[in-house]
Amino acid sequence: MIVRILNEGQWEVGEEKLDRLNELDAEVEAAVEAGDEDRFAPALHALLDAVRTDGVRLPDDTLHDSDLILPPADATLDEVRALLTESDEGLVPG
Amino acid sequence: MSLMKRISLIFRSKANKALDRAEDPRETLDYSYQRQVELLAKVRRGVADVATSRKRVELQVAQLEQQENKLTDQAKKALSMGREDLAREALTRKSALAGQVEALRAQQAQLQGEEEKLTLASQRLQAKVESFRTKKETIKATYTAAEAQTRINEAFSGISEEMGDVGLAVQRAEDKTAQMQARAGAIDELIASGALDDATAIGQGDDIARELSAMSSQADVESELAALKSGSSGAGQPQSLEAGDSTPPAELAADAEKQREEGQA
Repeated sequence: MIVRILNEGQWEVGEEKLDRLNELDAEVEAAVEAGDEDRFAPALHALLDAVRTDGVRLPDDTLHDSDLILPPADATLDEVRALLTESDEGLVPG
Repeated sequence: MSLMKRISLIFRSKANKALDRAEDPRETLDYSYQRQVELLAKVRRGVADVATSRKRVELQVAQLEQQENKLTDQAKKALSMGREDLAREALTRKSALAGQVEALRAQQAQLQGEEEKLTLASQRLQAKVESFRTKKETIKATYTAAEAQTRINEAFSGISEEMGDVGLAVQRAEDKTAQMQARAGAIDELIASGALDDATAIGQGDDIARELSAMSSQADVESELAALKSGSSGAGQPQSLEAGDSTPPAELAADAEKQREEGQA
């Protein structure tokens, strides 16, 4: 399973870690939905750290799309919201 | 659905849309490569823009720090002449500057961070673009249009995701830089308006500088006069300094005033 952290790179993470990642992801999602800034940053960092620790970094020249994509480490809650509601244009050029 | 899944689907649907536009999939390769090279150039321009903004902020920090030093010197000089009121005014202005300097330092650090992130992003993109170019040539040389489709899809979705990522990073850096440029512009105006600069300009100093220089030329006259009277060059101390260590600061100004009046009498 390939996981991308935006603005950082891609990691290969074993399927057996998926449950743990989903738990951490649910926490981030809950913080986003509740609009809770205080919970959001620590939850996001916990999720990103799990990917970085449990995964193996892929070389930069890997040409493979990711199964999961995570917001950048310094993303704000508003930015993540915008990312999720991104209109059809703009996010991915051509 | 999980957050991370949702984001990846958004990226993928956009990559697929771009791919669907092409008639012969092999044409997509060259077109995409062209877009990649353009994006790479854009990221590099982004790095240069952020660096320019950072240098501008650094220059402003240096200018404000110079002004802070100047005000410290003025405060010292004012105090040595027994003018606590002037020293207080100089220090008040200095403390207002300190807030500005602190805010600018934070901006400088943030811009530095953006610059580093974009530099790394351009390195990652560069690696993927190189890899894509190699793959593109292999696909074009080896496969028929039908066979090529799957391989193109693979390479294409991989690079599209990276381009989306990098595009987002450039956009974020541009937004942050634009905010800071507005603030930097305000400070530049402040400096240009002379509010900060005048004090450092020779011959047209601010009110504190003018008053201090008037006082010191007077003190010079007094001390030279005293030296002439006593016939000794060692007596060249300004009178105000002799006002004494034991005098409370609040009375220093009054004492100095009195001494000056006596000197003039």
